[in-house]
This record gives sequence, structure tokens and C-alpha cells, in this order.
Amino acid sequence: MAKRIEAGGVTAWFGSFKAIDDIGLTIEPKQITALIGPSGCGKSTFIRTLNRMHEVVPGARMEGKVLLDGEDIYGPEFSATDVRRTIGMVFQRPNPFPTMSIRDNVAAGLRLNGVRRKAELDDAVERSLRLAALWDEVSHRLGRAAASLSGGQQQRLCIARAIAVEPDVLLMDEPCSALDPVSTLTIEDLMSDLKDQYTIVVVTHNMQQAARVSDVTAFFTIAGADEPGRLVEVGATSKIFTKPDDERTEAYITGRFG
Amino acid sequence: MTAIGVGRISRRRRVTNTILCSLLGLAVLVALAPLVAVLVYTVQRGYHALSPHFLTRSMRGVGPLDKGGGAYHAIIGTAEQVLIAGLLAVPLGLLVAIYIVEYGRGTLRSVVRFLVDVMTGVPSIVAGLFIFAFWVVGLHKGFSGLAAGLALAVLMLPVVVRSSEEMLKLVPDELREASYALGVPRWRTILSVVLPTASAGITTGVMLAVARVAGETAPLLLTAFGTDGVNRSPFKGAQSGLPLYVFTQAGSAFDVAVRRAWAGALTLIVFVLLLTVIARAVTARSRVGVD
Repeated sequence: MAKRIEAGGVTAWFGSFKAIDDIGLTIEPKQITALIGPSGCGKSTFIRTLNRMHEVVPGARMEGKVLLDGEDIYGPEFSATDVRRTIGMVFQRPNPFPTMSIRDNVAAGLRLNGVRRKAELDDAVERSLRLAALWDEVSHRLGRAAASLSGGQQQRLCIARAIAVEPDVLLMDEPCSALDPVSTLTIEDLMSDLKDQYTIVVVTHNMQQAARVSDVTAFFTIAGADEPGRLVEVGATSKIFTKPDDERTEAYITGRFG
Repeated sequence: MTAIGVGRISRRRRVTNTILCSLLGLAVLVALAPLVAVLVYTVQRGYHALSPHFLTRSMRGVGPLDKGGGAYHAIIGTAEQVLIAGLLAVPLGLLVAIYIVEYGRGTLRSVVRFLVDVMTGVPSIVAGLFIFAFWVVGLHKGFSGLAAGLALAVLMLPVVVRSSEEMLKLVPDELREASYALGVPRWRTILSVVLPTASAGITTGVMLAVARVAGETAPLLLTAFGTDGVNRSPFKGAQSGLPLYVFTQAGSAFDVAVRRAWAGALTLIVFVLLLTVIARAVTARSRVGVD
């Protein structure tokens, strides 16, 4: 079930360096929300606070609230592992587990969380691979190493792996930046298919991609080298790309900086 | 102006290239020569005496001048002592390496790493002396295969830690993050993602450590002491070992004994080689095929 994320006053540090400052953003379910902005503006840091991956980095900490359908994911009733099972993530570089087969990669999230029944695992593998538009390409060689797939296939495998645990939200951190244009389009189509079932947040450097796939776009920026990233404006993608309220957004989308 | 073309390499660069390549080739030869010589020499000298008889008989009742006699008691001893050392040092060393790479922070981690470095430099005779003073004499346990295993474990531990640490560090953080992002707890991530990814390298490191301690002689003198008969129990009484066997036989003035020493040396080399091959095969089987 897709759920709504409400982030308020999110500030995050790496050691003494403040990476993002006071971000407030509501992410609606069954929509694709794109986060755009120049490098170093804190887009990735921000989405990593949404599934508590930020705290994995040594010396990293954050303040603020992140609510998932009204429940505080940093509250005492949630552990970090609970949150990450509910809010899945796809990374910039395809990172399938090299020692596992295609099947085991998709089943990894379930298996490593204690699901043992083979029928249940097989169902989940097929369902996830079909949803990730990879089933037809790999169904005859599920026992092969994941490393034998192409880059674009590996990234779809990572998406299948993320949705196999049936999360409510899917965070995608520049999922296409390491892929060729054809694979990129495949993944974009996949994102549009997935949004019926998930809340999707995608960080991207590719403005055409944001314009093509997202319903809502949020623009982040930084004022200078040692400044924290801030949210400039957020709105319907069509509006952000045609008549943004803020001149910095306009400058960025027209390619005058960043 | 000539275009930058293929095949238009200046004479100076060609000559430099040839000289440096020859130097590299020479360095490889110089480095390999002693290794190959040791192997060839050992095989040449050892294989005559190496026979089923040699592998199944002990030295009980065989005098230095007598023909016959074998290294069965020493093979048993080395196998048990190395097994004990491995059983102690591999799990412990792996746990220390996991602590250093995955959990350790700040001062404690630096202290642990420093101590492991210091341990790496401990001469093997000191390890033997330590077990002799602490275990054999101090706790009145007497000479035994177990005491030898303990001394070898002391030598093995830092090698296992350092090699495993390097291999764990090679596992990309992206894999750990991929696992965390699936809601997999840290301990499970280490067991099911990090260790399997590093397993081939860790095995190689462990085999290097085994190879290193299997040939240690000095610590055995003070711990296993040596005997000419078969002692299957590593827990009670003096035991032989292949390095000890080679040492005593080679120390003899008689040709038959020296020949036995070479056969013992060859047996030791084959023993380590077999272990390495088996370990490689086991790790290769646990990986999925890439093709």
C-alpha cells in the first residue's frame, strides 16, 4: 500500500558539516516525486533521511520529523530495520549481491528477514521480476550469477529486489545515471507502471527525466560551497518546468547554472 | 607537421621500453629461481624415499643407520597440531577482523590493530617459549600436541586477522547499504552478504597462515617435544611433527637419515599444497557461476 510521507524541519549533518537545512516536504502516494538540483545540494542526503539510511554513515546525524501516514519513523515504535523494510531504496550504481544468483538476489530481502518457505519465495521472485519488467529476460536462467546481467538489467534486478519485500514507498537515488539511454527509458516506463502501487521518490540530475516521469518536482539548491542544501520550491512538474515561482529554479531549469 | 600516428614511436622510447621490459623479466626470473630450485631439489632428493612404507611407518625401533622407517607419526602430529591451531585461530581471527572492519570505532580499534601488528612480529621461538612457560611448565600440562597447537595458534592469529581484515575492507560499502536498505539487520548483513563476498580472499589468507605455521619447527621443540613413535592423542604426551622430523633426521650424520629428512620435507610441501587445493575447491563450489 502506497503511503504518504511528511517530512518537517529535516536538518542533517555529516560530523560538523551541515548537509541540509530545515527541509519540509510532503510526498503524496501513487505519484512520482522528482528531486532535482545541482550536485551537492543534499537531494541524496534528504532521501536517505526518509528511510533512516543517513544514520548508517559514521558521524552522521539528523534532526526533524519524518511521518509515514502520520507515524514518526524515528519514533520508539519503529526500528531502523522496520523502516527500511517499509521504505525501499534503489541506488545510483546497480549493486546486486555478487555471490548470489539472480533468484537469490530478488529473494534476498525476504530470505535474510527469515522467510524460509520455497513456494512463497518463488512466488515473490516471479512477481517482483515481472513487475520490474525483467522476468522474460531472465526466467530461463534464474540460477545464474547476477553479475552476468547487463548494467540496465542489473538495475532492474535491484528494483525487483527492492519491491520483493513489498514496501510502501520506493526511494530511487539517481537510478539511471549509470545507464545508457535505452535502459534509462526502460526504467522510466517501469517507474510509471509502479506508481499505481507505490509512493515513488526519485533523485535525478536529468531534467528531461524529471519532466518525463514525475508528477511533482522539488527543486533543491545550495548558496555556496560550505552551505547546506535547501529546498527552494516544490510544485506540479508542469508548473515547475514552465512558470516556476523562484528565479533560481528558472535559472536552473533553463540551464543557466548548475 | 606529422600527424600523431600509430607506429611513430621515437627511438628513445622504444629503447627505454625494451630495457625496462627486459629488467622486469629478469626480476621475475631472479625471484622465481630460488622457489623453483627449492621445489625441484626437494622433489629430486625426497621422492626416492617417499613410499607407502614411509607414509605408514613410524621411527619406533629404527636406528639412525637403519634403512626403512617413516614419518607416519609426524604426519599425524602435524595434521592434529595444525587442525588445533586452525580451529582456535581462524574463528577468533575472523571475529577480530570483523570487529575491526565492521564495528570498531576510535581508540579501542586502533589499540586492537596495533596489538595485532605487534603480534605479527613475534618470533616463532618466542611463541613456543610462551606456551612452554605458561602451559607446559606453568600449568603442569607437560609436552603435547595441544601445546604445539596453542603455540601455532598464537603465530597464526595475527596473519588470519590481517588478511581477513584486508579482504573485508575490499567488500564495497554499496553492498552493505543494499542489504541495510532491504531492512536486513547488520549482523545478518555481515553473515550473509559481506562474508560470502570476501570468502575466496579470506580462504587464501587462512591457507597462507596454515602454510606458515605448518612448517614451524622452533615452537614444536618446546611444546610437542617430539617422539619417534605414534601418539594419536594430541592431549597427552610428546608428539612428533613433520618439521621436527625433518630437523632430527637432517641433523644425523648418516645418509639414510638425511634421505628420510628430504622425504619428510617433500611430504610437508605436499600436505600444504593439498590443503590449499581443497580450500580453493570448496570456495569455488560455493560461488555461483559467471558465464
